[in-house]
Amino acid sequence: MTEPLLQVRGLRTVFPTRRGPLAAADGVDFEIAAGEALGVVGESGSGKSVTFLSVLGLIRLPGRIEAGEIIFDGRDLRRLPASELRALRGRMVALAMQDALSALNPSLTIGTQIAETLRAHGIPCDARAESIRLLARVGIPDAARRLADYPHQFSGGMRQRAMIAIALSARPRLLVADEPTTALDVTIRAQVLDLLDELRAESGLAVAMITHDLAVVAERCPRVMVMYAGQVVETGPTAQVIARPHHPYTRGLMESLPQLEDPDRPLHPIPGQVPDLASVDAGCRFRNRCAMALPDCARPVRLVPAGPHRLSRCIRAAEVSP
Amino acid sequence: MSPSRVLERLLQLPVVLLGVSLIVFLMMTLTPGDPVEIMLADQRVTEEQVAIMRRDLGLDRPLVERYFVFLRNAVTGDFGLSFFHRRPVLDVIAERLPATIELTVFALLIAVVVAVPLGIAAAVARNSWLDRVLSAASLFGVSLPGFWFGILLIMLFAVQLGWFPVGGRIPFGWEVPRLTGFLLLDTVLAGRPDAFLRTLSHLVLPAITLGLPASALLARVIRGSMVEVLNTDYILFAEAKGLTRRRVLFLHALKNALIPAVTVLAIEAGGLLGGSMIVETVFGWPGLGRVVVESIFARNYPLVQAAVLLYAVIYVGMNFFADLLYASLNPKVRL
Amino acid sequence: MTATTLEAPPISPTGLALRRLLANRTAVLACAVVLIVALLAIFAPFVAPHDPADADLFRRLCAPAWADENTEPGYWLGCDSLGRDMLSRLIHGARVSLSVAAMVVGIAAVIGTMAGLAAGYLRGWTDTLVSRLVDTLLGFPYIVFAIGLMAMMGPGLHNIVMALVVKEWVFTCRVVRGETLAAREQDYVEAARALGCSPTHIMLREILPNVLSPVLVVATFRMAYVIIMEASLSFLGLGVQPPTASWGSMVADGRDFLVDAWWVSTLPGMCILVLVLAINLASQGLRDAFDPRLHQSS
Repeated sequence: MTEPLLQVRGLRTVFPTRRGPLAAADGVDFEIAAGEALGVVGESGSGKSVTFLSVLGLIRLPGRIEAGEIIFDGRDLRRLPASELRALRGRMVALAMQDALSALNPSLTIGTQIAETLRAHGIPCDARAESIRLLARVGIPDAARRLADYPHQFSGGMRQRAMIAIALSARPRLLVADEPTTALDVTIRAQVLDLLDELRAESGLAVAMITHDLAVVAERCPRVMVMYAGQVVETGPTAQVIARPHHPYTRGLMESLPQLEDPDRPLHPIPGQVPDLASVDAGCRFRNRCAMALPDCARPVRLVPAGPHRLSRCIRAAEVSP
Repeated sequence: MSPSRVLERLLQLPVVLLGVSLIVFLMMTLTPGDPVEIMLADQRVTEEQVAIMRRDLGLDRPLVERYFVFLRNAVTGDFGLSFFHRRPVLDVIAERLPATIELTVFALLIAVVVAVPLGIAAAVARNSWLDRVLSAASLFGVSLPGFWFGILLIMLFAVQLGWFPVGGRIPFGWEVPRLTGFLLLDTVLAGRPDAFLRTLSHLVLPAITLGLPASALLARVIRGSMVEVLNTDYILFAEAKGLTRRRVLFLHALKNALIPAVTVLAIEAGGLLGGSMIVETVFGWPGLGRVVVESIFARNYPLVQAAVLLYAVIYVGMNFFADLLYASLNPKVRL
Repeated sequence: MTATTLEAPPISPTGLALRRLLANRTAVLACAVVLIVALLAIFAPFVAPHDPADADLFRRLCAPAWADENTEPGYWLGCDSLGRDMLSRLIHGARVSLSVAAMVVGIAAVIGTMAGLAAGYLRGWTDTLVSRLVDTLLGFPYIVFAIGLMAMMGPGLHNIVMALVVKEWVFTCRVVRGETLAAREQDYVEAARALGCSPTHIMLREILPNVLSPVLVVATFRMAYVIIMEASLSFLGLGVQPPTASWGSMVADGRDFLVDAWWVSTLPGMCILVLVLAINLASQGLRDAFDPRLHQSS
């Protein structure tokens, strides 16, 4: 088996708060293979974005990565000097953010924002020609003229595509797409997701698709990772995780979704609330909302195999979906 | 800003100016003390002559008419005679204004040179010791009475250390041909490097007195807007693209952060005009501000009134300019 | 297993703000300083060791107690050019500064709040009128306007108060107008309207209480500015007249003696600085107490 492109082990990123240190990511373990599309699912505050910002080295003071290994292409990113890490950003791992309008500098043209990326990484090419090619590739018509436009002059969907073009300009091997379609109209969503699929197929790009929308993951990501309260609670092939979840939280998520085929079925939200991350203990963080909780759940729980290619952080994983 | 918005702002301008002129006019007319009596204070005149003079000056006309006369005169630059100087008010103002402008410009320069680097540094090194020191210094700068600051500077640097002169604009008795009215420029144009240096040394303390407290506020504003910009998504995205720290800071962040700072600067420039009145008094600087204060005590009201109007017009103009500047620099509302 | 916690009994917004304020040590210290100065000012005749107007040329320019050439025991901070006790004059000067500031800010707050409420709630002509007036008054640089008015009215304490009030009310007015504009869209105002309450009732009973905390914050900030303004005007000679002592005029008095009697100018200025600094710190603390979200040192 080939080495995964990205391996994260025991990542722990902490932010100091008035209430005490808050570990927004606490013991995160996962892998992404080259060319793979991994769905990263979880509600707000589950640590999805923080995890990948940590990978990119973009956690700002006073937050810091306290523990863990981040192995990309065989190198531990945490041990890299700042300048090398910077060179890696954009060139190896790229970020596409949720809202293209706020992600793009309003006072610089799209052309400038592409070209500076190319130049920063020393990509040998004619910047202008390459920029036009990139914009055209993501489906923006009249690309040559639009190079001189400012972000606010693009429509929502076009802007998202432009941002993806910028993110991919240095031909990275992994794209972290943070809620790539949440800010878009439903009609545009499919187009952007199709674009990502095409780009993946074309260049072997791996994608980490962070989203809270299970439907997107179900459609486009062969593998999924579920996060809750700063930890990974379950991973596995998407179809299997959805059909037979091995963690009560995942099952709760499935059951809380309204079903088109059964509109009269009452909705079952997960009872209770996410614990305050500044004051969690070492036990299972879901136990205060879990119908299957046992006294043993108060003890530290690890992410362990729970079937072929599946991991779960529940001691009763096998019983979640009988 | 679309042309219609510009027009809208442009139309508001005369309204404010009119209002300003009205207030200045009311100030003058409601001043206790008969202007005629003041003018003829040291002369023996009969009741009749006073009445004639009053008629000549149009002081017996109804208030509304006097206002329009005042407006018309103001627009043509006729502000009457300055009793004290026995010359037209406009002449006196024109003579003294360059000194005030020179002082204000230098103060502004000092404010910018101090505030910009400090503000940026504080934003980048957020919550560090530098940031805290700057925050404390800012608070200090805002709490410091300007006139006292000037006196302290005089005591320390002029009296004790003797590095700078105590007051005035150039050493007593030195003559420099008046070419532009801006003394510093004149010394250069007249080829007098020695006078240039001496004039500069006279400028230093007053300009610092006026400019340093202004820099306190400006640095705060710059820091605030830099911090805001540094927290935006597009800075995060720029970093995620792998751009160098320097490029992110100066091209992406600074460009956007300076926009609100520039408008604050324009407004501050107008406010410095007021502060210059005090600084000129402290340092004996022969500018318009000092003349105004002297005129108040000499009951030379025409000059006071004209100067107040002038300051207000400049201030309104600078505020308007600041608005335009903001609109033109903000890419989202490009002209 | 549900995780519920025992809820603490609810505290009013004011109580909450007070708690936050008391937790801020700098602000508490600053408030203490202001309080001390205020007490000194109020009890000035009893606290001051000498009569501030008592002049004796034999004592003129005597040095403070810690200086070598001190010749007059009992005159702790020295004497000014007319032989008057500095300490006593400083204490009485506090009276002038604080009373002017309190009067100006108080009156301006009342006028500004009324105008702001009317403009913000009634809109239409009232708003246009008030806003035009505000814009026009804001067209003058502060000192220029104050000097112009003082020129017209003549010097004196009451005139200073009036002159400063004319400019000050606009700051409160702007804030109140903004708050009122926001408040009038709120549900509780709709409800009051639906109940048939008169506009006056709505403005005074419904909106006003919610507007008070921003007004308070603005007022405390402006106090600092007004004190400096009064001192500046007095420095120029346009303020209180002799023999009354204002810190500003005391600084002016000492201008001719910077070389040999530095204390005459320095001490009053220091008093101004300390008081204004304390007020600024206290008002920052007050603002943070009322709305901590607004001012994070992020």
